[in-house]
Amino acid sequence: MSLAPTTAPAPGPDLTAELTGLADALRRAGVDIPAGAARAAVVALAALAQTPGPAAGEPSRAATYWATRLTLCSRPDDLAVFDEVFALWFDRAEWAGDVRRGVTLPTYRDVPVPGDQADAGDVEVASAPPTASRLEVLRHRDVAALDAEDRALVAHLLGRMAHRPAHRRSRRTRPGHHGRVDLRRVVREAVRTGGDPVHWPRRQRWPRPRRTVVLLDVSGSMRRYAETYLLFAHALVRSQPNAEVFSLGTRLTCLTRAFRSTDPQRSADEVARRVVDWSGGTRLGEGLAVFLDRWGRRGTARGAVVVVVSDGWERGDATLLGEQMEQLHRLAHRVVWANPNRARPGFAPRTAGLVAALPHVDAFVDGHSVAALEALTDEIAGSTRPGTAGGRRA
Amino acid sequence: MVDDLARVGYLADEGTATAAWLAWRTSRPLLLEGEPGVGKTSLATALAQVLGRDLVRLQCYEGIDASAALYDWDHPRQLLHVRALEAAGGVDADALEHDLWSRRFLLPRPLLRSLEAPSVLLVDELDRADDEFEAFLLELLSDFAVTIPEYGTVTAEVPPLVVVTSNRTREVHDALKRRCYYHWVEHPDLERETAIVRRSVPEADAALAAGVARVVARLRDEDLLKAPGVAESIDWARTLHALGATTVEPAAAARTLGAVLKYREDQQRVAAHLAELLAEPA
Repeated sequence: MSLAPTTAPAPGPDLTAELTGLADALRRAGVDIPAGAARAAVVALAALAQTPGPAAGEPSRAATYWATRLTLCSRPDDLAVFDEVFALWFDRAEWAGDVRRGVTLPTYRDVPVPGDQADAGDVEVASAPPTASRLEVLRHRDVAALDAEDRALVAHLLGRMAHRPAHRRSRRTRPGHHGRVDLRRVVREAVRTGGDPVHWPRRQRWPRPRRTVVLLDVSGSMRRYAETYLLFAHALVRSQPNAEVFSLGTRLTCLTRAFRSTDPQRSADEVARRVVDWSGGTRLGEGLAVFLDRWGRRGTARGAVVVVVSDGWERGDATLLGEQMEQLHRLAHRVVWANPNRARPGFAPRTAGLVAALPHVDAFVDGHSVAALEALTDEIAGSTRPGTAGGRRA
Repeated sequence: MVDDLARVGYLADEGTATAAWLAWRTSRPLLLEGEPGVGKTSLATALAQVLGRDLVRLQCYEGIDASAALYDWDHPRQLLHVRALEAAGGVDADALEHDLWSRRFLLPRPLLRSLEAPSVLLVDELDRADDEFEAFLLELLSDFAVTIPEYGTVTAEVPPLVVVTSNRTREVHDALKRRCYYHWVEHPDLERETAIVRRSVPEADAALAAGVARVVARLRDEDLLKAPGVAESIDWARTLHALGATTVEPAAAARTLGAVLKYREDQQRVAAHLAELLAEPA
């Protein structure tokens, strides 16, 4: 094993404490350290110290580097942060800031809404029990123009939204009436009947859920819908285990893990920590290119139902957006574009972004109200609920 | 480990070699991620050669289940057995039951095979398998043992060296990552790639190998749908050599671009400024 000896400061006498400290520093810098990783690092370092050759005895900086990197990191995004923190840690420098500086994201309680000077604080939902008709009216209202109390109700409705995935036939089988003979059960029964199969149980292929991928535009022009779509995405990830959510702004961020918490507020905090380009500009084309390159082409988008949520205000190159949408359309099973502005009176898809993207979209739907989002869930599942707005094919 | 791997033709960098060595010494699976074509799969092959063990490969796909990955029963033979005993007269149901679910009717699939003899187990492209399968794999990777309901528990005498690869089409579960060393495999640097090409295509000119490595490195910086991997470098060098080229010269390169670039769009983009790409550094 050729681990070059270096003059780096060796870890102190208490290796475990030392490595636990490094793990803590990494955690503060935003790396998700797997549970028990510090212990694994100690084991790895001890194993490396046993190698014959220059690395024997005191662990070298190289040995320490690899022992900790291999155990404390768990995704490629961690590596750059790791290198930085590792260097600081060994130089005993103060950790100045967070590499992944999060910006404050509107929370579910206080989304800034134009024309809403009144209470942005907590609102008791129970203060005035909503009547069925009020809820029905609320379902069709544009969520960008609601007061705090109504927003709390909408949050409640969205939290309970039933997301159903689209389905496809799988290779897995279950006992059924058609399909191939289940020989395992034939043998079991043959034991009782002396080798004569009396009947032939079968296994059939069963439908499996398709993956749903949501690409959320988080640019400034979509700000007023942020809260709604975060709740929508939260409910989606909670009800479809293989769903994926990404934010698109000036860059692409994978948010799926942030939505794993059952508590919407904790999810929102986690999203805030991850999304660094919140309410910034829009470069949909570039973001999509990164998505297709890093995730989509390798399989995330293949055969999936991909939902793009955006008003299509593209600041970048609309030609690029068109090319990327064409790619996406080739990979995905269906591409659905939801636009909160679509329901506005006099709306026409005239922005350069929309003009470039819409030819490569299977459905172009509304996205401004609870009812529109319900229609969107039907669109994802591949069925259209009668009597709802939206769902018009592009 | 670097030298051991080099002996069997795998030129590893320090990180990859350290990761492999640790995985072997501490019986902890190694999770490899990286761009397609950086040599994740071939590391497992090389390790099997270094350790003198069998390579057991499990290619994952959507819908893979226990009977494809772990074991299955040889049902036709079981049925024959039942009938044969019946024909010979008097069947003792208990004894028959015991007989039927014994080792002789068990068909080991890759995972079980990797427990039965010292081996290197390659779980390739785990991200293609579904969640259920990952959970099931977890059990095996924790104690290197599997329980077959009708038969009993099979425990590995020598834990297999496990190499798991993923292309990051989805995030591998934390529970699995927690049990593995995580290593991100980079494209080799210019020097190493030249060495790899020379090793794989020894008949080609040294200048050709260096040229291919240089151009491929430049191609990776281009904005391509699919950046070429090491396998493409080797292919390209072999193709160019077959055409009688001793350097990467424009005419031959233009004709063989398909060996390196697998998308029509990429080929068009690169063909437009091929001469510039091929130019020797000043």
